[in-house]
Amino acid sequence: MLNTISFEAIKTAVQQWLNMHWGPHLAFIAECILIGLLVIVFFAVLGLLLVFMERKVSAVMQIRLGPNRVGPKGWLQTSADTLKLMLKEGLTPDGADKFLFNLAPFLIMIAAMLIMVPIAFARNFQIWDINIGVLYISSIASISVIAILMAGWSSNNKYALLGAMRSGAQIISYELSAGVAVITMVMLTQSLSIQDIILSQQNGWWIFKGHIPAIIAFIIFMIAATAETNRAPFDLAEAESELTAGFHTEYSGMKFALFFLAEYINVFIVCAVAAILFFGGWMPFHIGNWEGFNHIMDYIPSSIWFLGKTFCLIFLIMWFRWTFPRLRIDQLLNLEWKYLLPISLANLLLMTIIVVLKWYL
Amino acid sequence: MGTVALFILTIAAIVFSAGGILASRFFTKSVYNPQKGQPYECGIPTSGTPWSQFHIGYYLYAIVFLLFEVELVFMYPWAVIVQKIGVGALVEMFAFIVVLFIGFLYAHKKGALKWM
Repeated sequence: MLNTISFEAIKTAVQQWLNMHWGPHLAFIAECILIGLLVIVFFAVLGLLLVFMERKVSAVMQIRLGPNRVGPKGWLQTSADTLKLMLKEGLTPDGADKFLFNLAPFLIMIAAMLIMVPIAFARNFQIWDINIGVLYISSIASISVIAILMAGWSSNNKYALLGAMRSGAQIISYELSAGVAVITMVMLTQSLSIQDIILSQQNGWWIFKGHIPAIIAFIIFMIAATAETNRAPFDLAEAESELTAGFHTEYSGMKFALFFLAEYINVFIVCAVAAILFFGGWMPFHIGNWEGFNHIMDYIPSSIWFLGKTFCLIFLIMWFRWTFPRLRIDQLLNLEWKYLLPISLANLLLMTIIVVLKWYL
Repeated sequence: MGTVALFILTIAAIVFSAGGILASRFFTKSVYNPQKGQPYECGIPTSGTPWSQFHIGYYLYAIVFLLFEVELVFMYPWAVIVQKIGVGALVEMFAFIVVLFIGFLYAHKKGALKWM
C-alpha cells in the first residue's frame, strides 16, 4: 500500500506498459522522449517556483506582502513575468561577437541540465546512477564558468566583461573548498555514486554520525555553494550598484530569461547535492532503534523527504541574502584563500584520522 | 539508462532554449535602430574599447587555482579507498598536503594572493 503512489511505482508501471504494448526498441525511444519532456517540464516549473519563492521569502524578511495580485496569492506572478520576457525583443549589440553571444545561453542551459543526470529525486528514481556521480557533478558545474566568461567577453560591454571576470575568479576559487568538503564526505561513504552515498546513510545521516568534521564540511560547503551560484553576500558579479547586471547586462528577452533560470536551477542543484551528501537525500529521518517513530517516518514518501530537505537548504541560502552585507572582491578572495581553504584542508586531515581509526558509527 | 541519458538531456536543453528563443522571435517585432546596438553604459556613448585591460590578479588566482584543482583530482580516488588502506593513506595524504601547503605559502609570500 505504501508504494502505490511513489515515483518508483509510477516509473515501473510506465516501463511495463510501454514494453507490453510496443517493441523493446520503440519502448526505449519513447522512454527517452518521456525523460526529455519530463526534465524540460521540471525545469520550467522549478524556475517559476524558485523565483516566486525568492520574492515571497524576501517579502517576508522585509515585512511586506510581496507579489499578491496575479492569480491567487500571487501564484501566477512568475508565469506572467515569463510571458512578458517572451514578448520582449532579443537584442544583440552591434559590436558583440554574435556567435559566442548567442551560444552562451545554450551552453549554460546544457550545463545546468546535464547535472540533473545523477541526482536521485526519490527511491530508485534517478536518470542514470553514474559510478563517479559526485565527481561528474563538480566537473559539469565547471562548464557554467565557461558560459559566463563567454557571455561577458562577447557582449562588448565593460560592465559585462568585469562582471564575468569577477564571476569566474569567484567560482573557480570557491570550487576548491566545495571540492574538499565533498571529498571529506566521500571518505566516509567510500563511493562516488549518488545511490551508494544515500544508501550508506540508512542508519543515520552523515551530518549526525560524521562527528565535528562533517559539520565543518557542511558549513564550508554551504558557504562555497552560495559563492558558486553567485548569490548574495557573494553576488559581486552582478552587484547592481556598480556593474548594473554583471555578465548578462546586454542580454534581453528570452536569452536573459535562460540565464536567470540557470541561476536558480544551479541553486537547486547545489542544495540537492548538500542534501544528498549530508542529509541522506531521500532517506527518512530515523532515531536509533525507536521502531514506532521510524515506522511513521517511513510512511512519508521519499520524494517528499528529498524535496523537503532541498527546499529547506534553498530557504537557508535565500535567508543569507537578507542577512549579510555584500563583500568586496578582495575580501571575498581572502575569505576563500586565507581562511576557507586552509580550514577545509585541516578538516580533511581530521576526517582522515577519524576514518582511519574507525571512530565513526 | 547509460550514456544515452547525456545525449537526451543535451538535446532537451537545446530544444528548451531554442524553443524559448524562437517563440519569442515569433511573437516580437524587431525594428533596427543604431542607438539600440550600442553597448549599455548608463545612457552616454561608450568611450574607448569595451575589451579593455583588466586586473592581473585574476590571472594569478587562476594559476594558483590550477595547482589546487589538479590536487583535488588526485584526492578523489584516494578518498574512495582510504578506509581500505588505513594508516598508510593518512601518512601519504599528510605529506602531500604539507608539500602543497609549502607551495601555497610560497604563492602567498610572493604576493600572488594579494589584491592591489
